[in-house]
Amino acid sequence: MLSCHIKNVRNGYPFLIEVVKVSEHEADFDPDFLKHIFPRINWPAFLQGAVSLGCREGLPEEANESMLEDEGFLKRFHHALLEVFLEEGSLVCPETGRKFPVSKGIPNMLLNEDEC
Amino acid sequence: MGKGERPEHMAPPDIFYNEDEARKYTTNSRMISIQSTLTERALELLALPQDGLPRLLLDLGCGSGLSGEALSEAGQVWVGLDISAAMLDVAHEREVEGDLVLSDLGHGLPLRPGSFDGAISISAVQWLCNADRAGHDPRKRMKRFFETLYMSLRRGARAVLQIYPENHKQAEMLVAAAMKVGFSGGLVVDYPHSTRAKKYFLVLMVGTSIAVPTAKGLDGSEPEDEEEAAEHVQMAGRDRKKRRRTGGKGDGKGRDWVLKKKEQMRKKGYDIAPDSKYTGRKRKRIV
Repeated sequence: MLSCHIKNVRNGYPFLIEVVKVSEHEADFDPDFLKHIFPRINWPAFLQGAVSLGCREGLPEEANESMLEDEGFLKRFHHALLEVFLEEGSLVCPETGRKFPVSKGIPNMLLNEDEC
Repeated sequence: MGKGERPEHMAPPDIFYNEDEARKYTTNSRMISIQSTLTERALELLALPQDGLPRLLLDLGCGSGLSGEALSEAGQVWVGLDISAAMLDVAHEREVEGDLVLSDLGHGLPLRPGSFDGAISISAVQWLCNADRAGHDPRKRMKRFFETLYMSLRRGARAVLQIYPENHKQAEMLVAAAMKVGFSGGLVVDYPHSTRAKKYFLVLMVGTSIAVPTAKGLDGSEPEDEEEAAEHVQMAGRDRKKRRRTGGKGDGKGRDWVLKKKEQMRKKGYDIAPDSKYTGRKRKRIV
């Protein structure tokens, strides 16, 4: 969930997303939180995630702080960040190809003992 | 609390928190209230700026999302990690607002560096002290956990980890492991003079060295709120002995016991009031 990959990294970032099922839930629109979280988001990675989840629509190639004043941009950003969830699928590490299955929206990040 | 009664001694967390155990967390109102009181206290210790902005927090060992619900109520956005799939399923059913990730804290946190404004953990971190499988080394697991936690937090952020250490040594071990990776801070013990209400909070800070917040009840006072006094989240086995004892007569220890104790203390040389007809007498019930 939470646009899946943006918070996850382990020897390789960002995760590639394999989609089986995507779901959408409405979330409260909170411009303050979006402004607060924006500096921490790696935009190219976020875009890549949005593309694989099929919610890229209306998101610009590049983004900067000044765009946060634009209501329209905030709405689209909010939608892609907080309202689209990966229900079933997997997160794939770009470096090792290791797959982390996602079921019911919960990614399984458990490792084997020899992997950590 | 005797050995073997702690859930940590019964099974690894991913097995102990099975469907049965997880269901308790949706039905037992006592558990729910304890969890949310602890979370509120943890939030207080987290000392987030009071500007009404929602922060991105981590909930380590989020379980069925009880603590997360308290976070949502406080207007925060959170991401929860837990090792028990059954507990996360319950959280999913309850439609908690946070995002859930199945992961083992001892493997390190699969998170991007510097992305969180704070972290809380309610009754989870003591599980790290156990070696549940061959090849588990608690020290290594703790080190990995604290290292990755340190990385995932922003500068100036705090992590408040509420723990039930088994003994003093275990608490010290956790503090030492946290200090080693660069955290400042320490252990805050609420109501240290009370066995029931005593609570350990490991307050860790990244990059700042402000004094550790003061604990509640240092003067020996007891929490006023009955709910707050509740000692442990009731989990299988934890209170079994107590129940058996109160199940029988349930009206105190009696005059003989009091007399015996008084005699013992006299032998030790303490000043003890003389025995009288009032000794060990039942209190009148005030209606």
